Amino acid sequence: MAKLKIALYWAASCGGCDIATLAIGEKILKLAEAADIVFWPVGIDFKYADVEKMPDKSIDACLFNGAIRTSENEHIAKLLRAKSKIMIAYGSCAYEGCIPGLSNFYNRQMTFECAYIETPTTDNPERIFPQTKVKVPEGELELPEFYDTVKTLAQTVDVDYFVPGCPPEEKTTWLALEALIAGKLPPKGTVISHSVKAVCDECPRKKEEKKIKKFYRPYEIIPDPEKCLLEQGLLCYGIATRGGCGALCPQANMPCTGCYGPVEGVVDQGAHFLSALSSIIDSNDPEEIQRILDDIPDPAGTFYRYSLPDSLLRRARIK
Amino acid sequence: MDNFEPKIVAFCCNWCSYAGADLAGTSRIQYPSAIRIIRVMCSGRVSPFFILKALSVGADGVLILGCHPGDCHYIEGNYKTMRRIPLLKKILKQLGIEEERVRLEWVSASEGAKFAEVTNSFTQSIRNLGPNTLGNLKQNYQEARHG
Repeated sequence: MAKLKIALYWAASCGGCDIATLAIGEKILKLAEAADIVFWPVGIDFKYADVEKMPDKSIDACLFNGAIRTSENEHIAKLLRAKSKIMIAYGSCAYEGCIPGLSNFYNRQMTFECAYIETPTTDNPERIFPQTKVKVPEGELELPEFYDTVKTLAQTVDVDYFVPGCPPEEKTTWLALEALIAGKLPPKGTVISHSVKAVCDECPRKKEEKKIKKFYRPYEIIPDPEKCLLEQGLLCYGIATRGGCGALCPQANMPCTGCYGPVEGVVDQGAHFLSALSSIIDSNDPEEIQRILDDIPDPAGTFYRYSLPDSLLRRARIK
Repeated sequence: MDNFEPKIVAFCCNWCSYAGADLAGTSRIQYPSAIRIIRVMCSGRVSPFFILKALSVGADGVLILGCHPGDCHYIEGNYKTMRRIPLLKKILKQLGIEEERVRLEWVSASEGAKFAEVTNSFTQSIRNLGPNTLGNLKQNYQEARHG
């Protein structure tokens, strides 16, 4: 059997997903036996022009990590879609927008102001911002356009599979790669993870009836190592997050932040967390409820930490 | 804005508010045609997802009507709603959507007049706010996973 051809790409991401692909450890040898990597900007020196010369659908699978924020991200997403038989949104950025997607609370100008003016280490008295075209003595230089709104991969091109996580756990990555190598892929659109249930299902902490009188931030309390973190008033996102990670964060005394995305069948992760969380507030008095809720400093940013571009509203409206 | 006729989705609980709306009807009390009633078994069944979905497909306002606190047919469904809506409003505010577009009110089965009063005042406040600028997100974006 001919070896598989695999491409990996990073768009708007931190690079962690590329490292996560290497985290499969010695299994990488099995991958190397079964597949050739034909394009991987972070690891191998191939140029975009090399990809453009490949025949359409000549790549068996593309593991695409990163959200779509610039015209370059979009161009390469479309190019790789055309060249690949299977497009996999690998990691939370490609799947849901993730941390880069939080800039959807702002617009391009606000992001530029922050990055090129307001940051304390930036000295830019002439207010120079990135331009798509600039003339220099040697000719005209071009930069990709920076979009106003961050999009997910699936909002840009047709995606076959999603691999959740920020970054995906080693076993989740291998689940996808193993299926790919064996040619036993699930139905199109599947979110590839070991679990379709919530993180709580895998979490060994003791769970009782949930009633919350006060929310705490992780630095404010030393949590009981046995008891459910949510019951102790920490904003643990496990109840609204897909499992498959093995509930690693709660086991290390850190509340889940929701990186594996919504559980099966749920569209808007933030709305469902909001719904579940507010239901367990232990008060029937509107004023007290308001006081308890005021302990959550940034509800939208917390609930949509990984999924704002993929949520129903997608971005904040800037007046 | 003179011709602006808002589209308002009103989730009414089966046991109190829907009966209240019915009473408004049988008593011939007028209420605005902008109101589109959706009957749900309990105001606690109204997931914040429904409200966001309504706003994202072009509703100008969303009204949630339930039994008065203490009167819930399911004992505490409306208390859950009472806790959810303030948190949802905080999120709407952060996302740049006027929180006045969502309102929670208690209307019992005997309060046909209150149903008319609430729907009238809400419709008026949405008229003052103007159309929902989200438009219809379904048309504005390439739909991938939300169908």
